[in-house]
Amino acid sequence: MTKLKLDKVTLEFFPRTGAPVLALDDVSLEVAEQEFAVIVGPSGCGKSSLLRLVAGLVEPTRGEITLDGTPVTRPGKDRGMVFQSYTLFPWLNVRDNVEFGLRIGGVPAEKRKHISDHFIKEVGLEGFESAYPKQLSGGMMQRVALARALANDPEVLLMDEPFGALDSQTRSLMQELLLQIWEHSQKTVLFITHDIDEAILLGDRVHVMTARPGRIKERVEIDLKRPRHVDLLTSPEFIALKRRIMGLIHDEAVRAMR
Amino acid sequence: MPRSYFEAYAAPKKEIPRSVYLTVSATVAISILLMWCVLSYGGFVRSDFLPTPVEVLYAGLDGIQDGSLAVNTAASVGEIMSGFIIASILAVPLGILMGSFKIAEAAIEPVTNFIRYLPVSALIPLLILWVGIGIEEKVTVIFIGTLFQQLILVADVSRNVPSDLLDVSYTLGANRRTVVTRVLIPATLPGVVDTLRVTLGWAWTYLVIAEFVAANKGLGYFILNSERGLFTDRIFLGIAVIGLLGLITDQLFKLLRDWLLPWATEG
Repeated sequence: MTKLKLDKVTLEFFPRTGAPVLALDDVSLEVAEQEFAVIVGPSGCGKSSLLRLVAGLVEPTRGEITLDGTPVTRPGKDRGMVFQSYTLFPWLNVRDNVEFGLRIGGVPAEKRKHISDHFIKEVGLEGFESAYPKQLSGGMMQRVALARALANDPEVLLMDEPFGALDSQTRSLMQELLLQIWEHSQKTVLFITHDIDEAILLGDRVHVMTARPGRIKERVEIDLKRPRHVDLLTSPEFIALKRRIMGLIHDEAVRAMR
Repeated sequence: MPRSYFEAYAAPKKEIPRSVYLTVSATVAISILLMWCVLSYGGFVRSDFLPTPVEVLYAGLDGIQDGSLAVNTAASVGEIMSGFIIASILAVPLGILMGSFKIAEAAIEPVTNFIRYLPVSALIPLLILWVGIGIEEKVTVIFIGTLFQQLILVADVSRNVPSDLLDVSYTLGANRRTVVTRVLIPATLPGVVDTLRVTLGWAWTYLVIAEFVAANKGLGYFILNSERGLFTDRIFLGIAVIGLLGLITDQLFKLLRDWLLPWATEG
């Protein structure tokens, strides 16, 4: 069943000087209920813009985005988002960060605590409930950001290169953690990355984007067995998929450099 | 092991041992004091130009005894706090609006930028004409001198709040009002406290100028009046008291920040 649908979405920017910039050109995309969809593309292809469109933070120039058949017109808590930059509220401790959405949604304290306990445990941060963001490492901050998005129980989880700023060891730990959490929660996920390994490891389906203007170049089904682990990265099936996607991206990256 | 002390202590942005740091600071401070002693006690400079440290100390004790120090300090502190507090009450909310809402920026920023470059001292004659030479004049000078600087600085603080922080709040279900009250405003607090701390220091400059022009009490008046009688020791005393008050308020702001905003990273 289709959960999220982008129908011929076009996004143009109109800078104060110079010609309009076509960031996304006629992008159509469907994400099924409980699917882990990944968008991979060279930098500057507009993949982040695409996610911001789905979040409702930006309006498309043309085309329509629907969630469960309802058009997206503004941001809302049905589309939780994890950013690449660290976006924890520095004045709130871990628990209050995780409970932020619940608190403004008017959820009573007792229930909030129950939910935040659950997700803080899920991301492995028990004992850090009263720590402030400045006391946490980058990986820990992104785990809190994930818990904060999940605590709101969104229909779709949007992730914009959430592990992009982390070192490679921390990144693979985070990928395993995300796989684990996703397998429990079975959320619909739309995940953006430029890291091909990450895309294949996490996704049910990988949408490869072209360089600017961004279009969907190809959809690659990732039929690797679940549950998945990082050791999958060296298996022949994985490498075959990687070779294919690398070929697709390489042409685009070269084009983008010109 | 570094090859030489020069290499160890003269590398840009490298930490040096605490003991070395303190030794250097103390040496410089003591050298200045020593130089003062040599110049004054050694008779190299006439005593009505440069008093000895002990003369300044005695001037201080006299000032405490006859109450003049307390009266003048109280007058200055009262004026500075009035002007500064009124300016801050206006500047903080307006500055936050100006940095975050383009429409507020359009309304306030051009005017602010114009007035900000007018030296407030140039306005003093006009202000005397309008509000007289009483306390109102000093408060107004400090108010005008501080307000427009604060506006620009607070606007910058608010402009630098990452927009991702606001965007993530929207995706967590916040509406515009909630984003402003629960995200934008708290996010500006450390920067606002730092701005207040810096501008309070500047307010002393405006106050002293205002008191030089027309006053019958206050530390600026105290200094000017001492100069008329060539009481250099009292001039030194007045300057030292202002310096000391500046140091105290600066430390108070630091404490306030650590106490109110323990979550904030160093500014």
